[in-house]
Amino acid sequence: MSAELTGAEIVVQALTDLGVEVIFGYPGGAVLPIYDALFAQGRIRHILVRHEQAAVHAAEGYARSSGKVGVVLVTSGPGATNAVTGITDALMDSIPLVVLTGQVPTHLIGTDAFQECDTVGITRHCSKHNYLVQDTARLGGVIHEAFYIARSGRPGPVVIDIPKDVQILKARYEKPGVIGHKTYKPQVKGNLSSIEAAVEMIAAAERPIFYTGGGIINSGPVATQLLRELARVTGAPVTSTLMGLGTMPNEHPQFLGMLGMHGSYEANMAMNRCDLMVCLGARFDDRVTGRLDAFSPNSKKIHVDIDRSSLNKTVRVDLGILGDVGGVMEDMLKVWKARGKKAGDLEQWWSDIAGWRARDSFGFEQKGETLLPQHAIKRLYEMTKAQKPIISTEVGQHQMWAAQHFGFDAPNKWLTSGGLGTMGYGLPAAIGAQVANPGALCIDIAGEASIQMNIQELGTASQYNLPVKIFIINNQYMGMVRQWQELNHGSRYSHSYSESLPDFVKLGEAYGWKGIVIDSASGLDEGIAAMLAHDGPVIVDCRVSKLANCFPMIPSGASHVDMILHADETRGEADEDAKALV
Amino acid sequence: MKHLPSERHTLSILVDNEAGVLARIVGLFSARGYNIDSLTVADVSGDHAVSRITVVTNGPPPVIEQIIAQLDRIVPVHRVLDLTALGPHVEREMALVKVAGKGAQRDEALRIADIFRARPVDTTTGSFVFEVSGPTSKVDQFIALMREVGLVEVARTGVVAIARGAEAV
Ligand SMILES: Cc1ncc(C[n+]2csc(CCOP(=O)(O)OP(=O)(O)O)c2C)c(N)n1
Ligand SMILES: [Mg+2]
Repeated sequence: MSAELTGAEIVVQALTDLGVEVIFGYPGGAVLPIYDALFAQGRIRHILVRHEQAAVHAAEGYARSSGKVGVVLVTSGPGATNAVTGITDALMDSIPLVVLTGQVPTHLIGTDAFQECDTVGITRHCSKHNYLVQDTARLGGVIHEAFYIARSGRPGPVVIDIPKDVQILKARYEKPGVIGHKTYKPQVKGNLSSIEAAVEMIAAAERPIFYTGGGIINSGPVATQLLRELARVTGAPVTSTLMGLGTMPNEHPQFLGMLGMHGSYEANMAMNRCDLMVCLGARFDDRVTGRLDAFSPNSKKIHVDIDRSSLNKTVRVDLGILGDVGGVMEDMLKVWKARGKKAGDLEQWWSDIAGWRARDSFGFEQKGETLLPQHAIKRLYEMTKAQKPIISTEVGQHQMWAAQHFGFDAPNKWLTSGGLGTMGYGLPAAIGAQVANPGALCIDIAGEASIQMNIQELGTASQYNLPVKIFIINNQYMGMVRQWQELNHGSRYSHSYSESLPDFVKLGEAYGWKGIVIDSASGLDEGIAAMLAHDGPVIVDCRVSKLANCFPMIPSGASHVDMILHADETRGEADEDAKALV
Repeated sequence: MKHLPSERHTLSILVDNEAGVLARIVGLFSARGYNIDSLTVADVSGDHAVSRITVVTNGPPPVIEQIIAQLDRIVPVHRVLDLTALGPHVEREMALVKVAGKGAQRDEALRIADIFRARPVDTTTGSFVFEVSGPTSKVDQFIALMREVGLVEVARTGVVAIARGAEAV
């Protein structure tokens, strides 16, 4: 029989047994026993952030770049509420996390005790699952179960709220065997006859397209290989959501680039005109579909997803396949080969696509000394691609330009807040990615407004000697807000100017970072080279054209074919219906 | 999709009897804008392990499908059954109906109660409390009639339902 451990020791032991190497956290009264247990051991590394929101984003960056579960430890009350944005972000983007929160002792729960908040109540609908552990004897089992729930099925954040007395009392702990759950049993294997039907539909299609998403990345690296193989045998074009970038090599001739609101013209036109859409691990998000009743009107649709509630949620499909997208693609390939299928004659389809491609919708022309943001990102890509960098972003125009102009050739290299669109995500995510990948080049492509939302994390990178780079696309505006104001609200730039900006170089220097300013097209390469040459953390203030807009763009509520390709096609004032859309 | 005609569906949700599970279910309905016409919940196992939640909801068929899929993904949910779609089932609810009045009104209340097989469970010289049970429509009808003979207040349980036949679902 095992000896009794305190709840806090059980936490550390269970995390160790689960192979956890790093946790991101911030201490406080209600988690002091756990911090004490961490102090006494040398197996788990603790990264002290500067704000709990950043702890969660760092754990997300860690998880997304490594495929492991990210772990967070924060105190009760404000520690927990500060973590809520990150937890919601992880839920929307299906990132596996376990978030441990301290809670006031059980006998004080419900009394408005100091730093008490209803953490399970607050996080109930922004987590995949949550627990309030009221008995030390249950703690070990709950932690193991939480990891299982976080990473299986559609991944997501799981919160474990642990009252302080539960951390102090003792109980026996034993590493459990195989983890199952009596009610939670995600269906992983796709239905074979549906898969056979899908194969027949793909083989018979004249204008097929694969519409792929972050589910392929979540399924693991093998799924990426399977997608590429599926593309090869079928000869069909592939487009990807923001979340799925990297699964198809950027330069692959069958890859049409990202689709959706700021996606490529060819991707959106192909989605509109296809006769068969095969959605693999994506969820028909409104940023992808545009106006629903005009979405791909003449296609049959197949949807493969691990989450049953994603099937037929916003778009009715002809064939829904519930299961892990990697496994389903593997079975598709088996059936394809067993039935001796050959790629169909897609010549006409590819020639249509070539016509759309010729519009060069991501094209831009860098003239003169004023830097275009697109050009800055393109050069950053070209000068770093040999190092296979991990890129995170904040939220705004720079994020969309990064998606358009930074090419990704592998999964787990692109970390961006897609579902929630959380400004302040990128720096802590880059820190988490750097912790998971010590030798990698990790760059946060930022906006000057977003970076200020978690700017305090400069200190975290300094403390742990993490050589992350921040590349600020500084247009002195909350550019994406300003763009919408220009397009929909008569160019009334209400509160979207980034007033009183700090001197980013001095700010970086105050934290021990190197600071670099780039303020001309001719100084761009030199600035990037200086950033890369420095082996510590670097903040680059790259000053770009103030009023550039991100195109192409499908205005909210418009259909794929109503894409705006250039600035001169915009209206300036939207009607009320359009204004009401997000 | 939301413009299709609404349908009434009775869902039976078997859940692990753990803290917060009802809040998860109810919160899902409010967070996603689904309707709850009635809701009942009680422990139905010998060992307090499982509760049955019966929800009557309404919405167009795709919305009902979403509700079921969303409920199904809540971790402590064992099963979600759409009794309306599954076929023959029995639905009952109970109401306690208080009526006050004198003389002829009182006689009439008793007569109606008799027809509806409603039992007086509390009596004063000026009032009755009737216990009535049956399908929702019968309870509705009873209350509507009582309104005309001195209805004071009503308490209803909401619908409980179960599939017909020998098998457990
Ligand atoms: C936390 C949060 N608050 C507000 C917003 C709304 N928002 C979206 S983009 C944006 C402006 C971002 O400005 P900046 O970081 O400078 O990026 P740019 O668009 O200029 O590239 C704002 C305010 C958001 N996404 N997240
Ligand atoms: Mg900006």
